[in-house]
Amino acid sequence: MQPTSHSFPANARAGLADPILQTALGLARTGFPQRRQEAIARLPEFEELREQGRAIKDHALANLDFYLELYERNVTAAGGQVHWARTAEEARATVLAICRAANAKIVTKGKSMVAEEIALNDHLEANGITPVETDLGEYIIQLRHEPPSHIIAPAIHLMKEQVADAFREAHTELDPARPLIDPRALCDEARTVLRPRFLAADVGITGANFLVAETGSSIIVTNEGNGDLTQILPRIHIVITGIEKIVPTLEDAATLLRLLARSATGQEFSSYTTISTGPRRPGDLDGPEEYHVVLLDNGRSALLGGEFQDMLRCLRCAACLNHCPVYAAVGGHAYGWVYPGPMGAVLTPALVGLGEAGHLPNASSFCGRCESVCPVKIPLPKMMRHWREREFAWRLNPPVYRSGLRLWAALAQRPALYHALAGTASRVLGWAGQLRGRFRSLPFAAGWTAVRDMPAPQGRSFQSLWTEQQRRSERRR
Amino acid sequence: MSAARDDILGGIRRALRRGPLSADQAAELTERIAAHRRNLVPARAAALDPAARIDLFVAMAEEVQTTVARVSSELDIPAEVARYLAAENLPAELVVAPDQSLDAIPWDTRPLLHIRRGRAEAQDAVSLTPCLAGVAETGTLMLASGPGTPTTLNFLPDTHIVVLHAGQIVASYEDGWDLLRARFNPPPQAGEMVRPTGGPEGADGAPLLPRTINLITGPSRTGDIEQRIQLGAHGPRRLHIVLVEDAPSQV
Repeated sequence: MQPTSHSFPANARAGLADPILQTALGLARTGFPQRRQEAIARLPEFEELREQGRAIKDHALANLDFYLELYERNVTAAGGQVHWARTAEEARATVLAICRAANAKIVTKGKSMVAEEIALNDHLEANGITPVETDLGEYIIQLRHEPPSHIIAPAIHLMKEQVADAFREAHTELDPARPLIDPRALCDEARTVLRPRFLAADVGITGANFLVAETGSSIIVTNEGNGDLTQILPRIHIVITGIEKIVPTLEDAATLLRLLARSATGQEFSSYTTISTGPRRPGDLDGPEEYHVVLLDNGRSALLGGEFQDMLRCLRCAACLNHCPVYAAVGGHAYGWVYPGPMGAVLTPALVGLGEAGHLPNASSFCGRCESVCPVKIPLPKMMRHWREREFAWRLNPPVYRSGLRLWAALAQRPALYHALAGTASRVLGWAGQLRGRFRSLPFAAGWTAVRDMPAPQGRSFQSLWTEQQRRSERRR
Repeated sequence: MSAARDDILGGIRRALRRGPLSADQAAELTERIAAHRRNLVPARAAALDPAARIDLFVAMAEEVQTTVARVSSELDIPAEVARYLAAENLPAELVVAPDQSLDAIPWDTRPLLHIRRGRAEAQDAVSLTPCLAGVAETGTLMLASGPGTPTTLNFLPDTHIVVLHAGQIVASYEDGWDLLRARFNPPPQAGEMVRPTGGPEGADGAPLLPRTINLITGPSRTGDIEQRIQLGAHGPRRLHIVLVEDAPSQV
């Protein structure tokens, strides 16, 4: 999809003004963090597992070439094929070529953020192949022709009424007078409508949560079972995933699996964790005849060895989205591309460029919740700061902003001048605001005071109070 | 696409500021893999005696809406299946995995149950399969695909019934991996040729794992609409375990 991250401010304003989105986000704001907290409270080792998860991913990334080659050998030995794709375009072409060779008409898809990243559906459609999203959330947004607004709950921006509307519009073969009043009915309808498509599909495409080098296996973690029907029914199973998903052994995967579901949905374990190795074996009564893995780079390898390498540890659990006050206020579509929230604020500039996505790392209050809940301890705020530094160094922010930053830098580097100005400002503002205790508007700060009041300072700066108190206590001694 | 492969691997090495790993470094990594060293296994799943393992498994399974019925021998399975289907108001018809581990079940004691052996088809409403193990840690079943255990049985029917022997219940996922390796890729005996380092193939040249390993924890579910959990999104709406508490079998 064409990114609209450059219009984040306008996107965000639209999100804030959207009552349906705000109601839907209200449900997410409390639900996800609470369930995660409950799951973690039951596992006293969670902190230590986070540390080990971080170490496993770091180890895999430091030896990524070795593990990828081993993985490839093992996939091949199991009868599968590995395809390497440098860019989104190459990945799309590879998938299309496999589908064409199979003369495929219908392709079912399990949820895959990498498929979103390379805009696979558009490409298949443009070439006469019908992609059918089978994850309930993905199916809903496919019907509505919109991108996911969350990496594990793609339709989180909607309420059941919007889902019912989308179903009525799409499922014209069903009785228009049918009641679609609750999630149960909607879920059943999706199940009924999608079942024949699962059975008719020629190719099934899934992502991968992990690739196991030791065994040449791909692992997917789902709750609906759609990823499994997608890969066991069609003749061909294509896995499309990023090169950073590799882990050395099943033991390493177990540690990360213990972190994943708890961080994502607050479940102890997701309903289905599926380990797939090659195509069906002699004597098997079902399973795909061909097994392909498309390994996508698309800018990932360039992140190794630099200040953004830690981002490649990401498990795509969405805990950072679920705990982000900015995401919770504006929703996922505001971020304007595939990956929203704090992980998107770091990853999107790396994948689509800082010129397009420069707003995203700025859309943070640096409260640090994202890092504190990340199952593999990715220092997200630090990396957003790196992007901000680059934005300044590369002269990508507007001149007014740059002058402001330069002025600030000049002040911050001259403590005496800073204290003098800060002291004067707090005295003046303290005096001017003593009656009301707050300001409704301030010169040069209209953008800030337009939506909130500025509390009036007490008349003294913290620094001067602190110095005075230190002096007093010294005298007492 | 081999140009892409070389570019990506080359790009990785350039970014990491090194060439391919030296033979020593590669040997170290190969050793790390071969050791199958466990990371931290939560205390919950460590050092449980068999009775505690079973209790934890059942408690965790029931938490995620799996139902569990305990029977004392394989001979009781037909009666339990008939009872369950009647209680759930389901037709007395099921497709049973063609695995020989289920051959001894005396279905003829319940002549009203219609049994078909094979893979699942679209119209099948109820399936019955064996499993490889139960993992107590999270009440998770481990199933492996194979000629006797087609994967469609685990996902197509609305109701999935699984036969689990008490002796198959292990504590942790790692215990499950050990089982998989013992079953599908036994370590070479003394005097036998050791498989090539880092290679995937077992002593008999077979891949390390069967085509599909399913770790199943409760019935299918979704929270995609207003985050309200609904069971039976695309996979089974019901998951029922018949826990056979006879002498430990194959584990």
